[in-house]
Amino acid sequence: MKQEPIKTEAIEITYREAVREALRDAIKRDERVFLMGEDVGRYGGCYAVSHGLLAQFGPERIRDTPLSESGFTGAGIGAAMAGMRPIVEVMTVNFSLLALDQILNTAATLRHMSGNQFGVPLVIRMATGAGRQLAAQHSHSLEGWYAHVPGIKVLAPATLEDARGMLWTALEDPDPVLIFENVMLYNMTGKLATDAGPVDIDKAAVRRPGRDISLITYGGSLWKTLEAATTLAGDGIEAEVIDLRSLRPLDDATIMASVAKTRHAIIVDEGWRTGSLAAEVGMRIVEQAFWSLDAPLGRVCSEEVPIPYPRHLENAAIPQATKIVAATKAALDRA
Amino acid sequence: MVEFRMPSLGADMEAGTLVEWLIKPGDVVKRGQVVAVVETQKGAIEIETFQAGRIDKVLVDLHSKVPVGTPLALILAEGEEKPAVATAVPPPAAVAPTAAPSLERPPMAPARPVSPVRPRVAPGTQVSPAARRLAQERGIDLSTVTGSGRDGAITYADVERRAAEVMAPAVPVAPAERKRAPTLDLGAMRVAIAAAMARSKREIPHYYLEHQVEVTACERWLAEKNATLPPEGRLLFGALPIKAVALAIRRFPAFNGFYRDNKFAPSPAVHVGVAISIRGGGLAAPALHDVDQLPLDELMRQMRDLIQRTRAGRIRGSEMSDPTITVSSLGERGVETLYGIIYPPQVAIIGIGKAVVRPWVIDGAIGPRSVITMTLSGDHRVTDGHAGALFLAEIGKLLQEPEKL
Repeated sequence: MKQEPIKTEAIEITYREAVREALRDAIKRDERVFLMGEDVGRYGGCYAVSHGLLAQFGPERIRDTPLSESGFTGAGIGAAMAGMRPIVEVMTVNFSLLALDQILNTAATLRHMSGNQFGVPLVIRMATGAGRQLAAQHSHSLEGWYAHVPGIKVLAPATLEDARGMLWTALEDPDPVLIFENVMLYNMTGKLATDAGPVDIDKAAVRRPGRDISLITYGGSLWKTLEAATTLAGDGIEAEVIDLRSLRPLDDATIMASVAKTRHAIIVDEGWRTGSLAAEVGMRIVEQAFWSLDAPLGRVCSEEVPIPYPRHLENAAIPQATKIVAATKAALDRA
Repeated sequence: MVEFRMPSLGADMEAGTLVEWLIKPGDVVKRGQVVAVVETQKGAIEIETFQAGRIDKVLVDLHSKVPVGTPLALILAEGEEKPAVATAVPPPAAVAPTAAPSLERPPMAPARPVSPVRPRVAPGTQVSPAARRLAQERGIDLSTVTGSGRDGAITYADVERRAAEVMAPAVPVAPAERKRAPTLDLGAMRVAIAAAMARSKREIPHYYLEHQVEVTACERWLAEKNATLPPEGRLLFGALPIKAVALAIRRFPAFNGFYRDNKFAPSPAVHVGVAISIRGGGLAAPALHDVDQLPLDELMRQMRDLIQRTRAGRIRGSEMSDPTITVSSLGERGVETLYGIIYPPQVAIIGIGKAVVRPWVIDGAIGPRSVITMTLSGDHRVTDGHAGALFLAEIGKLLQEPEKL
């Protein structure tokens, strides 16, 4: 499935609205689709993503659940196995740990455990990331952990097109798909074609071409990385920015093609450094593109602390454009 | 057993003359000990060994001038016994299991072939993987490369620069130095050609196609066009096939790019390498960039500039590594047909023979026509003869309408 070029007019829209449009579209397209989660109905979702949907579609399709991640995620798995196409919303990835048993031990394994008799065509959406001063129990980026698990797909829409387009493709997948929406993106505005529709969910995208170094990132960090690339261009460094889009599976081909060209790479990942997704991407580069490398690889990740509450400390703990610029210059010996 | 080599005593040093041995076979040497005196362009310089041990053998006679990197002596490390047999035993080679043990078979090629010039480097020097691979591809001896990376690490750009120096090494560095015209190091160039061509024939399964193309229209159009141009702006025939190749690639991208790590990566840009012969026996095929987008007059201007600079030894490193396909033409004084050897990691080379007047059938009648024989050497790992034939035919077709090139 290819992302269609813009054919008709574009409208100004926020990322939040793009996700809402995706939900609306999916519910209209397929009567088996319904949304459930904490406060998704009357309250309109903790990040107001599903605002207005209860009034439009009614309580059969927009279902408020008790405060029990394990319970409603499990209900979603059961509904999916029984032929429905549920979308489960979990407030943040931190709370998804309460449903980790359901996600990992049930959703991800049932096709295997049942000898291919059952699949779990379930989509779980959740917010991730820091930057909103929500402190250490609401701000972590654990999508890299989920990317460790065979049996599920893990997506990180960073653009309006992907926020609008990934959901339907995920619902068509016969196995569980997790979609991570970075909290700092919900208010991002931009132009989106009025006829924007489903997009592929297995390819990385080159968001900015360049020849000197590959900056590989995803989700909320994409925009910081693009900002860094603009700054670097002012110093004569042409960075290529790659948006992974899918964290599992990883699109090795796009990464390696870029590194083969630039011979340098930095991976930017809001997860903690140790055992991070950045570590996985870096290792793959060493495995597959070692002979193309002209300098050691680099990483810009979160500091190894619980994400702090005070704004200045929170900002200092996570990747920022200035850190990406510094890491890039160090990798290129241009510090 | 360690080889003590002629060191590089400056970036512009290519060779040195051995004027004095301070050791003889059997002597024990320490690390850092001065063992010989070498005469260079900058005077006599004492050279030291970085290997402790016992001198086994002296390999170079006094007053011999030898290139940088040449083994001068063999040193046995402490405790090392002199090997009973000659040291030049090839590494154990994998032999096909079906080979009858009694049959003497030539050793099979190793799984990862290495070029005849092995990248060598002083112990402790760091060389990036990309730099190592480039050195191997281009036949550059890493011990002649000066590193610019952190802690003196040799980077891709350093090897690229050295490769350009091999083409044009000898621009005088200091005004005090005797003025001399820039010269090409034809010896080093020959080594590089040997490495690249041997690797090509070892690794690339070539197929060859030949196609005759009538070029009367080209010649007529050129004559008309050139009549209106000042002499320095005139177009040469050679520019037309280069442009035609670049345009044909748009429809046949599988002939344009690089084959690396067992896969082909097509190049979005079309950089045509132009084979340029150099008096005295050198050859280089530097790139004209983005040829598919150059108007003919600009292509001609860049081609003149490139040929002039190449013959004067002023070529840029990137021009050596950028070509995505090569066109080789022996021109007016050449032969009718030439089959090129692909320059790795490229995957195709087009050969253009000289134009000859032949009897040619046009609309059922025979008439004299200018005809060239155009060949394609293709990499069979990437393309097949069928695609090659269509590619050649497309180039021929484009040459029928020179005004559109």
